[in-house]
Amino acid sequence: MADRTLPIPGSLDATRLRDAALLEWLHSWVVTVDHKKLGILYVLYAVFFLLVAGTEAMCIRIQLVVPNNHFLSPELFNEFFTMHGTTMVFLVGMTIIFGIGNYLVPLMIGARDMAFPRLNAFSFWLSASGGLFLYFSFIGGFGLYGMGSAPDITWWAYAPLTEKPFTPGHNTDYWALSLIVMGFGTLGAAINTIATAFSMRCKGMTLMRMPLFVWLMVVTSGLTLITITPLTAAQIMLVIDRYLGAHFFDAQAGGAPIVWMHFFWIFGHPEVYVLILPAFGIASEVIPVFSRKAIFGYPAMVAASVGIAFVSTTVWAHHMFTVGMTSVGNTFFVLSTMMVGIPTGIKIFNWIATMWGGKIRFATPMLFCTAFLFQFLCAGLTGIMLGVAPWNWQLHNSYFVIAHFHYTLTGSFLFCIFAAFYYWYPKVTGRMLSEKLGKWHFWLFFIGFHLTFDTMHFVGMLGMPRSIYTYEADRGWSTLNFWISMGGLIQAIAVLIFAWNLIRSYLDGKEAGNDPWDAWTLEWSVPSPPPAYNFADDPVVRSRRPLWDLKHPDDPDWKYEQ
Amino acid sequence: MSTIPIFADEHWRLPSRGRVGMFSLIIGESAIFTIFVVAYVYYIGRSTFGPTPQVLDVPLFNTICLLSSSLTIMVAERAIARGRIRVFGAWWGLTMLLGIIFLAGTAREWTRLIVHRGLTVRTNLFGTTFYSLVGLHATHVVVGLIMLSLVMLFTLLGRVEQCHAERIEVLSLYWHFVDAVWVVVFTVVYIVGR
Repeated sequence: MADRTLPIPGSLDATRLRDAALLEWLHSWVVTVDHKKLGILYVLYAVFFLLVAGTEAMCIRIQLVVPNNHFLSPELFNEFFTMHGTTMVFLVGMTIIFGIGNYLVPLMIGARDMAFPRLNAFSFWLSASGGLFLYFSFIGGFGLYGMGSAPDITWWAYAPLTEKPFTPGHNTDYWALSLIVMGFGTLGAAINTIATAFSMRCKGMTLMRMPLFVWLMVVTSGLTLITITPLTAAQIMLVIDRYLGAHFFDAQAGGAPIVWMHFFWIFGHPEVYVLILPAFGIASEVIPVFSRKAIFGYPAMVAASVGIAFVSTTVWAHHMFTVGMTSVGNTFFVLSTMMVGIPTGIKIFNWIATMWGGKIRFATPMLFCTAFLFQFLCAGLTGIMLGVAPWNWQLHNSYFVIAHFHYTLTGSFLFCIFAAFYYWYPKVTGRMLSEKLGKWHFWLFFIGFHLTFDTMHFVGMLGMPRSIYTYEADRGWSTLNFWISMGGLIQAIAVLIFAWNLIRSYLDGKEAGNDPWDAWTLEWSVPSPPPAYNFADDPVVRSRRPLWDLKHPDDPDWKYEQ
Repeated sequence: MSTIPIFADEHWRLPSRGRVGMFSLIIGESAIFTIFVVAYVYYIGRSTFGPTPQVLDVPLFNTICLLSSSLTIMVAERAIARGRIRVFGAWWGLTMLLGIIFLAGTAREWTRLIVHRGLTVRTNLFGTTFYSLVGLHATHVVVGLIMLSLVMLFTLLGRVEQCHAERIEVLSLYWHFVDAVWVVVFTVVYIVGR
């Protein structure tokens, strides 16, 4: 029995060695400053909370599946839709874009790491602890019994509901404090992304040769700098109100709750673009590769992205038409909202022009991106409808609004995120995600999505308000709500297939190799998964598609690009 | 196509990451201050009771101290760029001193307002917005002073050398920002709002 070792008394035995190795492995993840490991941590964290917030959404849908239902208590229902919104926007959306950005930006621009690796780790752990703090509210306060003191103030947290006399206890404090902490984490990540893209590019990677995903991450980060901070400022005011007895949003002492609305939506509207711009970046990487054509109109895409960011900061009060503004105010915000349609339209045309005449391969990433194109178009059209003030007066705070923004955040943002998973998973893990499960995931999610959110438009037009606990049977909403919930169930099954795919393919997926998609950006030139140092030699690029140049020395891109 | 210029390595210059990072932070911080300034301006004259901004005295000496600290920190930057560490330390110390005088002045002002005028953050809207805005700025001065004193400590320990000039410059950008914000806060609170 030569392969058996007898434990020597007093020495480390095998189990302790294994424990020590495990401990060391865990320790390496906690203390890491490597952008790839931090990116993976961000993404895993986001996927975990995607499942949590998805479960909350399912509970909401079970509650609404039939009229006069009592699956959840009214208090818990309020907590669940507040936490669903807050989690999806801050813990899932914000973390997953900065996670994917963290992983890819240095690889795409040929850098060794982010500009500030330690700030990077600090940002992640700030965001992570903010999220855990938010969820601690479920067991904080009165404990799990009655679900503790989770925030139940809606994710936009309008004053004066959030003021101490109206919401005693600590649930608003959990909401505000955890988002302040996460806000600083996000600010750090945004600063880091901008500094990386501007100061860490490899030789020859001029700004106009950067992959569009990097460009979009830069624009998103710039937008984050000026949108997350107003939320932080408003939340600091809220905390001062609640803890020091100040009067920022206290109507009885002359404060104005409407000021909170403005501050919140100055953050809240650009936030949607903060989320959707990286999704545009993902689509701009995936669509060319699977159409076998270079992206159409690269400079126009860059200009449109910057344009969207600028216009998006001037539209916030279209969330407030029903509050009552002057007609000048209404007109301004209607027109500025219409303006967003121009740069977004440019982008949609450019993606279609990229696909036009290409040799399209409908692998799972491309399927998600194609669906994204159509769904984003619909989301934009209902957005323009809601941006017209009189229409908005009719449908504000109805399920039509819910349908509209789930079309942007699920139908556009999440679809692109799924595309990113299928596209870059081979790079991160070295293994392909199963195409078969991927197709199941896509079609089920696609059907479930449309069943849920198409139907929601109608139930909204029939007058069903958002955030209601239950409804009477004679309203005529019952059948539609049943199908909305069934769609939710189908989406849940699809997401479980996706989660199973992530695990199974990691264990025994097909080996990916360096470049499974025959792609053109720098991250595909390194092994999968990339080594800690990323590039063995500093790359030098001469065009937007450095790997094309490498694969086709007879016909390189730099001959044609200016 | 021999006219396409072959890439020349020696021309590859990128902006300093420290500066880009600090400018990004400054943009973000500016947005925070903008929100607080907007709240202050919006609430001018809306207090339903209690003291009004007329109780304020214009803190001229304070302002002069803080603004001149921007000059002294610039002299310090020049000194370290030329490698004169002792001169750098002296000017750096003077900058810190001016910052501390500013904070002490704010403390004196607040004591007077709280003790004699009975104005606290919960008295009325003016108190709420005044202490929040001026306090937010004072917090930034405190953070700045903590970072300045770290550099001072390392200077006294002899760890600061000419090669650190760029980092010092990045830090001083933050200090300039704090001073510039004071110009806005001063104008809004003590001139426009009074």
